[in-house]
Amino acid sequence: MPDGVIPPKAGILRPLIRHLRRDPIGLLGVAILFSLILVAVGAPFLAPYPAGAQELDERFAFPNVLHPLGLDELGRDILSRLIFGARTSLFLSFVVVLSSSLIGILVGTAAGYLGGRIDELIMRIIDVLLAFPGILLAISLVAILGPGLANLVLALCLIGWVGYARLARAQILRAREMEFILSAKAAGARSGRVLLLHLLPNISGPLIVQAAVGMAGVILSEAGLSFLGLGLPPPSPSWGSMLRAGSQHLLDAPHLIIYPGVAIMLAVLGFNFVGDSLRDWLDPLLRRRLDGIRS
Amino acid sequence: MPALVRSFLLRRFLLLLPVLLGVCTLVFAFIHLIPGDPVQVMLGDGANAADVADLRSQLGLDRPLLDQYGHFIRGLAAGNLGSSFRFREPVFSLILSRYPATLLLALTSMLLACLLAFPAGILAAANRGTMIDRMATTLSLLALSLPNFWVGPVLILLFAVHWNLFPVSGMDEPLSIVLPSLSLGAAMAAILARMIRASLAEEISSVYGTAALARGVRRWTVVLRHSLKNALIPIVTVLGIQTGTLLTGAVITETIFGWPGLGRLTVQAIETRDYPLVQGCVLMIAITYLFVNLLTDIAYAVMDPRIRYA
Repeated sequence: MPDGVIPPKAGILRPLIRHLRRDPIGLLGVAILFSLILVAVGAPFLAPYPAGAQELDERFAFPNVLHPLGLDELGRDILSRLIFGARTSLFLSFVVVLSSSLIGILVGTAAGYLGGRIDELIMRIIDVLLAFPGILLAISLVAILGPGLANLVLALCLIGWVGYARLARAQILRAREMEFILSAKAAGARSGRVLLLHLLPNISGPLIVQAAVGMAGVILSEAGLSFLGLGLPPPSPSWGSMLRAGSQHLLDAPHLIIYPGVAIMLAVLGFNFVGDSLRDWLDPLLRRRLDGIRS
Repeated sequence: MPALVRSFLLRRFLLLLPVLLGVCTLVFAFIHLIPGDPVQVMLGDGANAADVADLRSQLGLDRPLLDQYGHFIRGLAAGNLGSSFRFREPVFSLILSRYPATLLLALTSMLLACLLAFPAGILAAANRGTMIDRMATTLSLLALSLPNFWVGPVLILLFAVHWNLFPVSGMDEPLSIVLPSLSLGAAMAAILARMIRASLAEEISSVYGTAALARGVRRWTVVLRHSLKNALIPIVTVLGIQTGTLLTGAVITETIFGWPGLGRLTVQAIETRDYPLVQGCVLMIAITYLFVNLLTDIAYAVMDPRIRYA
């Protein structure tokens, strides 16, 4: 078999598990994400208190037996809010990555496959959007529309799809000229069939990696917007809003800001570890080289 | 300068113009979609209708949107960005007064990032697969995962409050710049180190690298003198892209550290719905970003003689 070609029907799960066994960092990423999903799904059972429960007399209480991470400025249990906040972060990143990658892949594929004027037009729009540093665009948009879940998703999708579109277009341009595509066309396959059955599966690797890293990006962007007061309105538990509230009591109650930051870092780290591991796994050349080094 | 390079530069510059117009239009459209009345915000809820109408016509907000757009573009061409509602000063001079602080912060952060990233990336690439490589890669991922709005307050807590080594905020003392630039530059250092590692490792394992090693050239000579030069091209690109990212990171970092730059001005303008000022700030950041990208492209073309000027 020629270099760099994966045998067809090799299965995905078994080689992936084999890869993870040899990649402790990737395995750690999977473990972090798995725990995070568990926490988010089981939040009502895992959290010791409801997210909004207040003990006003105990405001700013430092960590103690009853409240392992202490209480916030409104007397709410920080651990419980972190657990419920995991739901917000995961839900938001999933929705944003799913929608922006779908839009991006659709637009990028259209640009790369159709070419010509459509490609020119799409690329100019992308150029203009890329001329804005992403988060600035999101800040402006949420400032215009006002804070809220729907506006947050909209703003993050608006800055998110561009990256997927660029990547999808570049991958399509590269794959379009490959021999198996040309032979499929020569055999009389229609455009839709070539796209869906031959092109998309072959460009999916880098896009999956981008999506994994993109989840981390969304968590950071949401937290950044919330930090500026442009995230979810109170009292929704969100890690970014917790950071914002904590930063206003930095000197007298540092525990308000430490734990949400650690939660954000762990989640982002988990996605980045998995993204990195997937990149190594999906890159056949690098994979062979690493196998060579290890064997 | 060869004609080919000259025509590449000219074309690249001309391509910038439609993008610039697109950016201006987008900024104008965005700001004028803001719900809520800036005049009402400025005068407060108790203002009477006549005052509101008066100020609105004074600011030109009662004219049709297309008129306002024409006025905006003509003003831009003449270097006039209007007057700030809140500061009652020309936007351009407000931006100019804050711009140097942001530039200083961005440049210092970049320098700091390079100082951290180059040794880490080179060491990791030269010792690929070893403990040093793993440590550098993991550390850089860790730095990449830390939000700068968390790193900032934690740095303040440790270095300004606990150890009292640096000022908490402002830019009155020379040492004031250390914490903001560390907070802003950490993520850039991480991205840069990863890029240096990847790019340099590829060059080291290339055919010419192996050939040099086989001829008995010392390993570090191959790494530093042969491979690093070739590896620099993608690194410069990342450096350029990241400089733009620094500008937006500055929006948050400047707010945390009370740094009197463009980023903080932008946040203040958004909070007070100061339309012309928001417009001016966003535009200025976007233009700087475009300009840095242009410089990166030029550096790319100048550095790599193999580049096809297509």
